[in-house]
Amino acid sequence: MTDGGHTPQEVMVAAAAREIRDGELVFVGMRLPILAYGVARNTHAPAARALFELGLMRDQPSAAFLGTMGDPPNVAGALWATRMSNVMALMAQGEVDLGFIGGAEVDRFGNLNTSYIGDPARPRTKLPGSGGGADIAILSRRWVTLMSHEPRRLVERVSYVTSPGHGDGPGWRARNGLLGGGPVAIVTTLAVLRFPEGGGEAELATVHPGHTVDEVRAQTGWDLRVAPDVAETPPPTAGELAQIRRLDPDGFWTRRR
Amino acid sequence: MAEAVGRFVPDGATVAMGTALEPAIPFAAGHELIRQHRRDLTLVGPISDSLFDQLIGAGCVAGICAAWVGNVTEGLGHCYRRAAERGEPRAIEVRDHSNFTISLALWAAAWASPYVPTRTLLGSDIVATNPDLEVVDGVVRVRPVRPDVTILHAQRADAEGRAHLWGPLGISEEAGLAARRVIVCCEELVDPEVILSDPNRIFLPETKVAAVVHEPGGAHPSPLQGHWRRDHAAYRDYAERSRTADGFQAWLEERVLGVPDRAAYLAGVDTEALRIRTSLPSAPVDYGDD
Repeated sequence: MTDGGHTPQEVMVAAAAREIRDGELVFVGMRLPILAYGVARNTHAPAARALFELGLMRDQPSAAFLGTMGDPPNVAGALWATRMSNVMALMAQGEVDLGFIGGAEVDRFGNLNTSYIGDPARPRTKLPGSGGGADIAILSRRWVTLMSHEPRRLVERVSYVTSPGHGDGPGWRARNGLLGGGPVAIVTTLAVLRFPEGGGEAELATVHPGHTVDEVRAQTGWDLRVAPDVAETPPPTAGELAQIRRLDPDGFWTRRR
Repeated sequence: MAEAVGRFVPDGATVAMGTALEPAIPFAAGHELIRQHRRDLTLVGPISDSLFDQLIGAGCVAGICAAWVGNVTEGLGHCYRRAAERGEPRAIEVRDHSNFTISLALWAAAWASPYVPTRTLLGSDIVATNPDLEVVDGVVRVRPVRPDVTILHAQRADAEGRAHLWGPLGISEEAGLAARRVIVCCEELVDPEVILSDPNRIFLPETKVAAVVHEPGGAHPSPLQGHWRRDHAAYRDYAERSRTADGFQAWLEERVLGVPDRAAYLAGVDTEALRIRTSLPSAPVDYGDD
């Protein structure tokens, strides 16, 4: 717990939830984004729908805690239970407004590596891989990534691009035929970084309560730009916290285990 | 199970499993492959929630063709890491996909098509490191991946190989259609009349099915709609014990090699705590035909 009575993960969930606008179709990944969808749906975005890559659409969070998107309570009450390729079809048509992706490594242009640290032929670390992450990165209209804020994770340049962000800068996505708009924000354990309209380099937008700009810059592996109007991340409201704790009653995802 | 796996999954086979993603993973079949010391398998799947990691650690695997291999609630797959990073217990060849492209690769095989074009993976290094993917004229061509065997776990099947699976299907249909043959494991073995009363829910043609195995609890620790909750604690226990090669070996001896079959394995599981007790039946549909 921090002094404000909430954990870093709860700040992240609230910040991620606020990225969801009412009425949007959201491609929900695993872990914290599942909670973020539920918080948004039960606070400011009552008409937001969720898509899950294994083949589900919902218009409300599961009634019970979810360890994975495939847990039985996520299927009961679904609007659609189908095959993965049907869900991907909607995203390929540009009908997914927002996606969430977890990352192991991210760089200043929002490119994500979840595959290999070091030479892919003989990696220093083999990470699990893309899952649906690369598909979300390329096909959703915009996306947000969530990760732990450490210098070894926020790096100058990722060694392997699993899920492309803004490539090497503005215009890269259009030149390479990527359909979606790319990353709009990186939500970390310390801060929210945002990308300029049209792509480019991330800059520090808000710092979570209890942390400082200098600390965030020191924990970032590149010379992080700071927005002129940098502010504090609004802490979770009482309503948001109540939703988070209802959806994750034992703190499986939002407390350090 | 021993007979089905023994007859239809030879050394060197390409095997698709875990095709519904987190639910309905045929762990019982995977454990039987380990007990029969199967070697040089190529495993095909979207994500694999620990099962591929176990087969890799047991030395059964030469190749991985998948979008993600790890433990969904706990993170990294430790056996996968040891194999990819240090060649332990043996080196493996990895062909990375995204979830969308592994689906398309199986559809390509199902349609007997030389490739399926898509715009996903443009700009991803996955196309550079997987020889089954190629960018031509601004489009990614996904070459077919054809399993020799697809192994599925379904809620119910009849002895003729017709199966009902409900809940999200993931890539189960294309994995079954693309395969030379299918092994269906089922929670309940029922009369054909039950299955044939709802042909829309039969997700594969019986002509693909080589074997039906009645294996209640065969998907543990993964969930199965209407039957089993996910055993999160078992995934955590596996993650912790597989952190070292010795720890994995001890887990393997205890939970796989040291039990003769699934019934014996389940004796070590608190099945009563995991069994789903609520009932949410769908309304029947009417196939009236006059």
